[in-house]
Amino acid sequence: MSEPSLAIRKFSDLANPTRFLGLVATVWPWLAGLTLCLFAVGLYLSFTTTGDYQQGETVRIMYVHVPAAWLSMMCYTVMALSALGTLVWRHPLADVSAKAAAPIGAGFTLVALITGSLWGKPMWGTWWVWDARLTSVFVLFLMYLGLIALNRAMDDPTRAAKVSAVLILVGFVNIPIIKFSVEWWNTLHQPASVVRMDGPTIDSEFLWPLLVMAIAFSMLFFTLHILAMRNEILRRRIAVLRRHAARSAGGAA
Amino acid sequence: MSHAFYVTASYIAAFAITFGLIGWVFIDHRGRHRELERLEAAGIRRRSARAEEAR
Repeated sequence: MSEPSLAIRKFSDLANPTRFLGLVATVWPWLAGLTLCLFAVGLYLSFTTTGDYQQGETVRIMYVHVPAAWLSMMCYTVMALSALGTLVWRHPLADVSAKAAAPIGAGFTLVALITGSLWGKPMWGTWWVWDARLTSVFVLFLMYLGLIALNRAMDDPTRAAKVSAVLILVGFVNIPIIKFSVEWWNTLHQPASVVRMDGPTIDSEFLWPLLVMAIAFSMLFFTLHILAMRNEILRRRIAVLRRHAARSAGGAA
Repeated sequence: MSHAFYVTASYIAAFAITFGLIGWVFIDHRGRHRELERLEAAGIRRRSARAEEAR
């Protein structure tokens, strides 16, 4: 048999939670520092560009709304990959990753919904419409809440991991629906203007701050995700220790 | 309402939720860390920790 590649060996090494905790302790301060720097640059650019000739100052809402909306979908994609890791590869940290990502995804989706509503009122004249894009993002938010509730409701973590992994994969069908809803249906929400086959259609003056803020939000997600995974590993260790303590107490009695 | 209101409200909402997530992660970590310390102080340790101590 051939030797496993370096990448596979590194990936397998991370299956050890103690090793993963060591990696998190080293990496998170750097990630947090990078995130802060990116936000400083992104916010400076966001507030120094001139307003849009049609949207005026409200174009600045785009710099938090669009990255949050992208992150809401990326977070669910990370959860779907983690769900595959649970069901296919049985990676010990895959379920930890999915469970830790759900509240973060719910947070970013809520930011996208609230800022979208605050942008919609001055631009469309309404806080909310049940068009395909807005409704599918609202469904994504409900899915996050459902997954959080499911994980909390089940006592057996192994069973909860399998059930939520299946549910995450079934729910992944909503991600392409969100992405293509503005093309498949007639929506009040505008079509894609950055991630397009023929390239971005927005001016570079708005594109650069948007990209910097999108990278800053992504770094924030990765930082929060590994820290939330660390917490989940500690929570599971505590549960195991409590079980051992209860068993020992039972045996002694 | 002016455009400034909608922009300010958006950034306040985004910051509040983001800081909420950051706060949740750090408060949760402090809670779990203290709980582990309490268990270890009561002599309840992981097998690997006990093996390390025995060495």
